[in-house]
Amino acid sequence: MGLFILRRLGVMILTALCLTFIVFWLTNLYPNLEKLAKTQGNFRMSDEAVTSYLGDRGYLQPLPVKFGQWLGVLPGWVTEKPEGKTFGRCFAAGTPDIARPTRCGILQGDWGFSTVFREPVGGTVLTRLALTGKLMLCVLLLMVPSALLVGVLAGMREGSKLDRSLSTFSIATTATPEYVSGVIFIAVLASSKFGLSPLLNDWGLIDSKTLFLGSATSAMADATFWNFFLPVLTISLYGMGYIARMTRASMTEVMTAQYIRTARLKGVKFSDIVLKHALRNALIAPFTVIMLQIPWLLNGVVIVETLFNYKGFGWLLVQAAGNNDIELLLAVSVVSVAVVLLTQLISDIGYVYLNPRIRIA
Amino acid sequence: MEPLTWTGSLSGLNIIFYLLVGLLALAIVVQILAAFVPDSSARAVSADGTLAGSTGLAGFLNQIIGWLFYGVIALILIYLVGGIFMGPAAGIFGAMAQQMIPVWIALVVTFALSITYKRKLGLYGKLFDSTVGMIGFAIVMFWVFTGILGGGFDLLVTHDSLSQVSGMKNKLPGTPLARAEEGEYAWFLLGGDNLARDVFSRLIKGSWVVVKIAPFATLFAFMVGITLGLPAGYYGGRLDTFLSFLANLILAFPVILLFYLLVTPEIVLTGIPNYMALFLFVFPLIFLAILLNSRFYTQPSFRTPLLIVVLGIGTWFYLALVSSNGTIVETPTYVIPGLPVFLDPFDLGPGILVVFVSVVFVNAPTVFRIVRGLALDIKTRDYVAAAQTRGEGPWYIMLWEILPNARGPLIVDFCLRIGYTTILLGTLGFFGLGLESESPDWGSTINAGRRLLSLYPHAAIAPAVALLTLVLGLNLLADGLREESLRD
Repeated sequence: MGLFILRRLGVMILTALCLTFIVFWLTNLYPNLEKLAKTQGNFRMSDEAVTSYLGDRGYLQPLPVKFGQWLGVLPGWVTEKPEGKTFGRCFAAGTPDIARPTRCGILQGDWGFSTVFREPVGGTVLTRLALTGKLMLCVLLLMVPSALLVGVLAGMREGSKLDRSLSTFSIATTATPEYVSGVIFIAVLASSKFGLSPLLNDWGLIDSKTLFLGSATSAMADATFWNFFLPVLTISLYGMGYIARMTRASMTEVMTAQYIRTARLKGVKFSDIVLKHALRNALIAPFTVIMLQIPWLLNGVVIVETLFNYKGFGWLLVQAAGNNDIELLLAVSVVSVAVVLLTQLISDIGYVYLNPRIRIA
Repeated sequence: MEPLTWTGSLSGLNIIFYLLVGLLALAIVVQILAAFVPDSSARAVSADGTLAGSTGLAGFLNQIIGWLFYGVIALILIYLVGGIFMGPAAGIFGAMAQQMIPVWIALVVTFALSITYKRKLGLYGKLFDSTVGMIGFAIVMFWVFTGILGGGFDLLVTHDSLSQVSGMKNKLPGTPLARAEEGEYAWFLLGGDNLARDVFSRLIKGSWVVVKIAPFATLFAFMVGITLGLPAGYYGGRLDTFLSFLANLILAFPVILLFYLLVTPEIVLTGIPNYMALFLFVFPLIFLAILLNSRFYTQPSFRTPLLIVVLGIGTWFYLALVSSNGTIVETPTYVIPGLPVFLDPFDLGPGILVVFVSVVFVNAPTVFRIVRGLALDIKTRDYVAAAQTRGEGPWYIMLWEILPNARGPLIVDFCLRIGYTTILLGTLGFFGLGLESESPDWGSTINAGRRLLSLYPHAAIAPAVALLTLVLGLNLLADGLREESLRD
């Protein structure tokens, strides 16, 4: 087991290195750098000005060197201007010689400086991650129990009416991407001119203009049911259908097993069969699916945070990518790749742990 | 002129419609609740020894739901048929139904032909044995015909999808034009968007973008996935480890980050999408060449001309696809010349090419994993061992023994994946990537409409519902196909 985890960790680090290098290469292509220089400087910069801007800030070094500097294995660049100003990757102009570190990168714990937000990347990513963590927690709390419930109810009597209705429901949710369900929810529940809210307002059931809030910006500081439920529901719905279908498949398989038949023949109550005999075995497969679904939730998070204007990690990704903020984008991709790979690892280990029939030497 | 209401002179039916839908919903809820109560219907034994089971509460509910369902369907048909004959007099629905007449004819013809000959049509014919599959197929074909007839042949649409009409900004569905000229359609059926363009016409033009890109992108992704996945699963070993690592690498990227990195004007400038197109689009050619060669290499006199003809046409298509304006790659610093303009039958345009490439790129690794898994499973079968004993080559076994036997799951996944590709295209549009901002595709329209969502939701809701129904139709179709292919 220990060796297995070690090998997986090795592959993970290799994957993360390859991925960050690809992101690094794509963001450091010359047209991207030119755009960066022009947004940071001014849009009417001449080609020479762009070159000197980029050269001064170390952007024109060879790609592997820049990547090494970002990782912190190579010493950071230092530029000495003719007029005597000296600045570098690791220190600002005017820092005394003694206080200048040679290397600063991921290995030293320095994630760089965001050109969009003009603050260190590490702190920015952490605050945004905390906000998204709140969102994800709510999503998981809503999505997992309801998906498991739908799946188990559909799977306990295969082919029944209940199964048909619930399966249709899960197919419908997997066919509704977040940007569609989000738009429909906002229009029906959070519009002051359309859908339910004007009706409820006329009848005097709600005081405010709309039932739910169409923007979740206020939920960043203080999340209430009325400003946070729609984004949470939007993300949950899309992921729910898939988990529910997997749970249903696993449940129907378990319900046809020999020991369930034995239990029925012994005369055990149906509810006891489902709850005590079937459920525990039926929940092994969905566990893997849930873990593997988390990276997919990340996509939903980006869409929903953009749609509902919730300034979390997904919003940060859009800002970083839209403005070619290289170091912020790299940090964002490291985090999201780590999420993907860690959830894969957890799902593998958890599967072995939950299923006594599988043992890894 | 009066603004149109939703159902016009058929409005008298609305109260019945609402009643039926309400009762249907109620009955379904009751039925679901009743499913929790154990069935205690007694069996009556009659004098001649036969058993008669009373249908009980569940059967009764079933019957009611059946009738209500047929009632709702019948009413919808009345609205439709009424609309076809009465046009705008039957409200917005009627006007749309009349506008869509070519689609209805095409649908009816397709269904009539398919159901008549369904026993001769293999798996496709079997689809018409399953209700779910037929519903899915109908929805999908509705959008396919809408796309082809409306986008390709310019029927169906009421106004130009790009021209702005003064005074129609953000107008509600059914608003008449302020100054309709002779021969111009007098209403904006689904209202106007924030640039005073007709939402209905843009919806139809948008379906053409999806119908044009999604199936072909999925097909290319399958070609890449199959050509790489079969040897990975069949040979295993180092090749498998390497290819799987690459696939996992791409899959570990969040899709949106990948799109943001690949689909920007700056990246298009570097020519990277063109190189990726060069690489990805060559796989169908390789696939075809290996497929035919492995089958016919024992008859060189037949194989050689066949390969020359097929590969010749294929290469021409390939070059036409990757080159535009006579160049394959065009960057500010250098140019790689491609097919001359006079030999180039179609131009994708840089926007569509980069969207196409990135969608293929995102889908291919998943297909690779599926094909690899299937190949791993099937290569242990007896018929593969028999082929190996006969002395068949590895590519013959992969393409003519393993692949045909993996077709069931692959066809089902193909349908699901077209739906997923549609969602991806919408995602690209939603973030304003790739296609130009005035493009009528559904994602871009949702993106444009979402800013005014709480005040004028109709501009964003129409494409959202369209996308939802198309993907739902594809999922239902896949479900029906899965059911029917399992029945074999």
